[in-house]
Amino acid sequence: MNKTGAQIFWECLEREGVDVIFGYPGGATLPIYDALVTSKIHHVLVRHEQGASHMADGYARASGRVGVALATSGPGATNLITGIATALMDSSPVVFITGQVSSPLIGYDAFQETDVTGITLPITKHNYLITDAKDIAPTIREAFFLAKSGRPGPVLIDITKDAQQATIDWEYDDKPAHLPGYRPDFRPANTEFERAVEMIHNAKKPLILAGHGILISGAMEEVLEFAERTQTPVADTLLGLGAFPGSHSLSLGMMGMHGEAWVNKAIQEADLLLAFGMRFDDRVTGKISHYAPKAKKIHIEIDPSEINKNVQVDIALVGDLKETLQKLLPSIKTVDHTEWLEEINTMKGHSAVRDIKNLPDNGHLYAAHVINALWQVTKGEAIIVSDVGQNQMWTAQYYRHDQPNTSITSGGLGTMGFGLPGGIGAKFAMPDKEVWVIAGDGGIQMTQAELSTIAQEGIKVNIAILNNGYLGMVRQWQEFFYDKRYSATPMKGPDFVKIADAHDLTGLHVDSRDQVIDAIEAARKNPGTVLIDFKVEKEDSVYPMVPTGAAIDAMIRRPLPESVIQES
Amino acid sequence: MRHTFVALVEDKTGVLNRVVSVFRRRTFNIESLTVGRTHQEGISRITIVVDSDKTDVVRIMPYMYKLINVLQVEDLTYQPHVNRDLAMVKITATPENRAAIMQLAEVFRARVVDVTNNSLIIEITGDEEKIDGFVDVLRPYGIIEMVRTGIIAMERGTSTLINNMGESQNYELPIEFKMA
Repeated sequence: MNKTGAQIFWECLEREGVDVIFGYPGGATLPIYDALVTSKIHHVLVRHEQGASHMADGYARASGRVGVALATSGPGATNLITGIATALMDSSPVVFITGQVSSPLIGYDAFQETDVTGITLPITKHNYLITDAKDIAPTIREAFFLAKSGRPGPVLIDITKDAQQATIDWEYDDKPAHLPGYRPDFRPANTEFERAVEMIHNAKKPLILAGHGILISGAMEEVLEFAERTQTPVADTLLGLGAFPGSHSLSLGMMGMHGEAWVNKAIQEADLLLAFGMRFDDRVTGKISHYAPKAKKIHIEIDPSEINKNVQVDIALVGDLKETLQKLLPSIKTVDHTEWLEEINTMKGHSAVRDIKNLPDNGHLYAAHVINALWQVTKGEAIIVSDVGQNQMWTAQYYRHDQPNTSITSGGLGTMGFGLPGGIGAKFAMPDKEVWVIAGDGGIQMTQAELSTIAQEGIKVNIAILNNGYLGMVRQWQEFFYDKRYSATPMKGPDFVKIADAHDLTGLHVDSRDQVIDAIEAARKNPGTVLIDFKVEKEDSVYPMVPTGAAIDAMIRRPLPESVIQES
Repeated sequence: MRHTFVALVEDKTGVLNRVVSVFRRRTFNIESLTVGRTHQEGISRITIVVDSDKTDVVRIMPYMYKLINVLQVEDLTYQPHVNRDLAMVKITATPENRAAIMQLAEVFRARVVDVTNNSLIIEITGDEEKIDGFVDVLRPYGIIEMVRTGIIAMERGTSTLINNMGESQNYELPIEFKMA
């Protein structure tokens, strides 16, 4: 049947199961947008292509399906860059589509021409330039397969305008993707399994490091089974939150730079680390030479290039985590580690006393109160999309996730402005779930224009702004390491309630502790999007904190209040 | 120490750029790079030489494998292999010293491929040391231009990169690349 490249494009996306796409039209995507009219796919018109990129990413992370973002050539494509890099760092399956100038014009500095495949080469898992309509279908097939399989990641397809316009005789066929050099399905050797089992059974102080790979692989049940049978405590990476139930007695919570001090201490004391789908990021290890010196390390990871990259391991099992654990579990015996669990318990010390939410009420509103209240009111069941900075760390510390894929945040790249569009994407992926965006007053302003997208789409995303009038995380570093010289961190924001109002959304001000729960309840009851501007303590810091370059158990702690010091 | 990596890649636009980017991004230093077709349609072969003092060589193979278009990579450094470099040297040659130069070329089994009244182009193949040695003896005569291909390398014996591909990766070779 005769079809244009643009028609083929939409049919292929439908065949891949795409139901929603986030985009912004332009000259080089006019044919694609013309053919959209007859497609079943819902198109969300964003206000900036960066918004589209994070929405597709948020959609992918909340659902586990491939997210799709569409932009025009030149500036449209370059506006996607931040979102592509974000998706790569966090292994998020997103297909990015960009229009390109007609093929005879490529390389002639045509209007809105840019070398998109060149620019995105180091920040995509793979990318394509299509100049011929007949390549559209097989390339989309390959792109979706690449994005989703193995270690997921962003794939970009740049399609010239003439390829979109050309009419060819075409029928859909479901030939599998042909990628002779791509090997996503590694399997560990049996001999390694035997060594690993022995090491696990011999361990006295084992500890599981739970990473994003658990969620991607869908290995939650296997990890739970493993942890319970071997009585091994579980510490999470930032992106691993939700991979293991946060309220489980074996759950230690987050590790690393802003993890609990006793969790990091436990890692340093452990004699066996079981790294499940994580990559020993510098925010997790602190100073590598001082990291877990007493521990043997078993790394289960799908990406061979992560093995021995940051931390030298004793055994590497390269393969899909779920499959590998399923193969490992039958040989794992029930073990008792009461002594070790008790030892970890004693490491807690004053931690609970230092916790801001337990400190005597001094009339001030702290961010921790907000997140803690949000966790209680939503019973830990909401999808929480945080931005980057202090708000992100407080969210990670105080919102406990029992469900997988409910904690969404930009971890590796640390992209400010991710929160709001990420939350919109998550809502489209899970329309029946309650979605909360948590952002600082800095990050929300980076992608604030997407409030318009919310208004136009008529969706409900709750937004909590932790407003302290500072770029808080940078301010905190300036306080600790630059003698409190607050260079370019104080920030005068707009009246966010008026901003909400201007978008026909509801805005609420909260500036005291006793209003927090009421405001959260009110936001949940409201059928539309509600933005709450929480005026929190201006110069509060995220504790504990590992200074960069220090060992992870050398932490800066929240100072104990006088009253507590006198008592003890 | 110098390491010689050999890679089979899909013969497609931009693949060399992807391979080189792996090195550029991590500030690895490439000493020598050659690319050419193989006897199998659709497959190109790349030989890359790096210095392990400047480059974290153990990272290269996993990073190369991350590239979708890379079919096989091997480090030939510790395997018996043959490596060759080809150079063309243009040199000033007067009728008086021409014979002496040509005699030197013969000793090195080099070939004269162009002669004019006052110049010669000499072609030489061999391992790097041999070529370096030849260039050194020519230097006093006045080298005016020189070009080298960079190193190409091949494993000795019957084992080939294509065969090793299936074994080392526990991986079924795509039909079109299977040996007849």
